[in-house]
Amino acid sequence: MSLDVAAVKAQFPILDQQVYGKRLVYLDNAATTQKPRAVIHAIQSFYEKDNANVHRGVHALSERATAAYEAAREKVRGLLNACSVREVVFVRGTTEAINLVAQSWGMARLRAGDEILITEMEHHSNIVPWQMLCERTGARLRVLPINDAGELCMEQLPSLLNERTKLVGVVHLSNALGTINPVAEIIRQAHAVGARVLVDGAQAAAHMPIDVQQLDCDFYATSAHKMYGPTGIGVLYAKETLLDEMPPYQGGGDMIRMVTFEHTQYNELPYKFEAGTPNIAGAIGFGAAIDWLRGLDMGEIAAHEQNMLQEATRRAKDLPGLRLVGEAKHRATVLSFTMEGIHPHDLGTILDREGVAIRAGHHCAMPVMQRFGVPATVRASLAAYNTLDDLDALFLALEKACAMFA
Amino acid sequence: MFDLKDLYQQVIVDHNKHPRNFGRLEDPSHEAEGYNPLCGDRLHVYLKVDDQDRIEDVRFEGEGCAISMASASLMTEALKGRTLEEFRALFEGFHELVTSSGDVACDETDLGKLAVLGGVRAFPSRIKCATLCWHTMKNAIERSGVARTE
Ligand SMILES: Cc1ncc(COP(=O)(O)O)c(C=O)c1O
Repeated sequence: MSLDVAAVKAQFPILDQQVYGKRLVYLDNAATTQKPRAVIHAIQSFYEKDNANVHRGVHALSERATAAYEAAREKVRGLLNACSVREVVFVRGTTEAINLVAQSWGMARLRAGDEILITEMEHHSNIVPWQMLCERTGARLRVLPINDAGELCMEQLPSLLNERTKLVGVVHLSNALGTINPVAEIIRQAHAVGARVLVDGAQAAAHMPIDVQQLDCDFYATSAHKMYGPTGIGVLYAKETLLDEMPPYQGGGDMIRMVTFEHTQYNELPYKFEAGTPNIAGAIGFGAAIDWLRGLDMGEIAAHEQNMLQEATRRAKDLPGLRLVGEAKHRATVLSFTMEGIHPHDLGTILDREGVAIRAGHHCAMPVMQRFGVPATVRASLAAYNTLDDLDALFLALEKACAMFA
Repeated sequence: MFDLKDLYQQVIVDHNKHPRNFGRLEDPSHEAEGYNPLCGDRLHVYLKVDDQDRIEDVRFEGEGCAISMASASLMTEALKGRTLEEFRALFEGFHELVTSSGDVACDETDLGKLAVLGGVRAFPSRIKCATLCWHTMKNAIERSGVARTE
């Protein structure tokens, strides 16, 4: 069976509109995806029927809100195939998840002289928290380089891993290049030297199945808004043994069991890491997005996006002056490129006026831009609802830009 | 509605392709670097101002989008031979040209060729591209340092 793209697309009300008198063609899915009606309705229905604070009320609404919030946690557990909901910490998004690990686990575990290994293709959110941690602890940040195709130089990994390596941070699916990294192999090698591994799954969850047990990763971070869910909610998965040892990240309500002025006893997992009133509606929307995705077939989504990406790549190679940035053998959803003689921001503006929404910039991965010697790229990124018509519009607009700058 | 053609007028496309006064100026009396961290546009402007406060020579280097390159190129053309006093008036006039909504109060004819950049008014996300060089120039004249448009 193949994905019924028209039926999928029909579930996204926002896509049915014109901008500047042109059909909206949304190809900025790596920044954030659009939301299906099921997600919008779940959030609206929560506010219309069940809204109350969680874990603290005795009344009916509070019980319903708590049940819905915890049901969402179970859905996230299922999405990642975590062992237990105790390993599922709701956070604001990938960025907060990584900062939580850096500040809690990192501050407790790292000493001067220890090493953190990340890769040259990381998003700033998987670079800066580690730099901040290194500054505070005296640990050293090391970087696994990438090759001209935009793949990790895996042959250099063994020489960068040693007994001082305490953590490896790696992106599952690169937002700047589309590269799918061999995270299982990285985790195996990192564990062999006793290092923990954090996988940045911000981009991955909407495009491939995730199984944290099979990967055996120690930490996995992702954001709901890149997988058809709302903004402001995401998840940190961490192995229970790690979460148990980690000190809380923020203090406040909900994360405690008992407070006196002399002593505070922390709450059990995962609440120890969820201080304050959480994003309840967000979590419920996240759960609805997972249900929605489960109603489709991830294999069919991936196959559809892969076909589209191959077609886009083929057309891109036919366009004179276009240079692809990122041609990894294992790649998904992202077409990143530059055009000879036209700055990416001019392309962004021209495409926008043709109704085509793409991203032009450094994609929060400035080291990748430096590696490829470009100030910025244009990035078209796909989701389940994109069609060949969308690619037609993209390439027509690119040709128009070329003519305008000729 | 403003059309793309109002933004990418031939003059702009031409100045982007063949920027005037491009390159380093030896022994500048003033210089400054401008940077737009959002899009990575980077400019360096050099000035030679004589003792009558007149801009004897002006050049720029850098990389950026067509709007920022053309704006810098047109600015250098407009400033050569002007006094610092005149620069300030042009700065204000240009700022008004690219930011004012509705009718432009300033007289576009005073701005000469710079008026072609008026099209960015309809593209709010691109106004900073047009003004980066002017802010950088102002910084060079008032003090040396890094100008930012964010
Ligand atoms: C690979 C990657 N990591 C991390 C992030 C940060 O995610 P968020 O902004 O949702 O915290 C992003 C989002 O752009 C991303 O693409």
